[in-house]
Amino acid sequence: MATTLATPTPVTASSPARRLLGYFLLGTWFGVVLTKSQVVSWFRIQEMFRFQSFYMYGVLGSAVLVAGISIALLRRFRVKTLDGAEIVIPPKVMGRGYRYWVGGTIFGIGCAFTGACPGPLFALIGAGVGVMIVTVVAALAGTWLYGYLRPHLPH
Amino acid sequence: MIAFLSRPWPWWVAGPLIGLFVPALLVLGNRQFGFSSNLRHMCAALAPGDVDFFRYDWKQNGLWNLVFLAGTVVGGFIGGVLLAAPGVPLAASTRAALGALGLHDLSGLVPRELFTWSALATPRGFVLTVLGGLCVGFGTAYAGGCTSGHGVAGLAALERPSLVAVLGFFAGGLIATYLLLPRLL
Repeated sequence: MATTLATPTPVTASSPARRLLGYFLLGTWFGVVLTKSQVVSWFRIQEMFRFQSFYMYGVLGSAVLVAGISIALLRRFRVKTLDGAEIVIPPKVMGRGYRYWVGGTIFGIGCAFTGACPGPLFALIGAGVGVMIVTVVAALAGTWLYGYLRPHLPH
Repeated sequence: MIAFLSRPWPWWVAGPLIGLFVPALLVLGNRQFGFSSNLRHMCAALAPGDVDFFRYDWKQNGLWNLVFLAGTVVGGFIGGVLLAAPGVPLAASTRAALGALGLHDLSGLVPRELFTWSALATPRGFVLTVLGGLCVGFGTAYAGGCTSGHGVAGLAALERPSLVAVLGFFAGGLIATYLLLPRLL
């Protein structure tokens, strides 16, 4: 069925403006889901780290499950991108692993302080929590600092 | 329908919807679901300086994600203002714990006692807003991902590095919640 529907016209499918509109609409839907589910709530993050509600574990667990099943199905049926390209998920390199546990721990502290991960930070700005702009600027400074120190950090 | 849209969505609606961003982005253009890359793209676009980490073609690699981010802000307005739900149905034990820390206004998405422009001028507001942001930016760049890239997409692809990052994330959150926040608030 996919072959009859997807006429191979990569030129129109990859029209840059239309493609970007697609990402914009997906991003908009992401912001709606984050705010409507209230995972952007500082209080929900506290509930999670205090193990006082199943809510955030339910969100993350079912998200991982659905994403995992989706990836398995994409692979099983060799689904192509809209352009007809092979779908590739580049593997992450473990190395000595420092970057993952040290970086993850620092991020976790920041997440408990601000009650928000990077996505929710921007959704909160849209939701009217204007002071989160300061947090975003600080996060940009943090990312820049990492880039600057990167050659000297263990990875 | 309107009633459903204006109520908070339950976890079993939100979680699967979030998970679907992984295949949607792959099919749309072989893109990996990962929000914190945007912080790097913004640095590369605004102030790459002389830093190798920021010297790459951010338009080629990240324009799609920055457009996704712009959408997220708009979506935050739609979901958080236009379709806003009144209050978060928080666990009673969490209400009590936060009350013991001196937080009593639990009505919005964030504590008004900590995250307003006037609270920014207080020591605790400043530390949480600014130091918290620094940690988010530094930590996600160091770990190479955040909740979306490691927590959802990475775990779904059975990546061991992502599992380590998620465990680190939880360790950091517990340190902050049980050791740091009680001293700061």
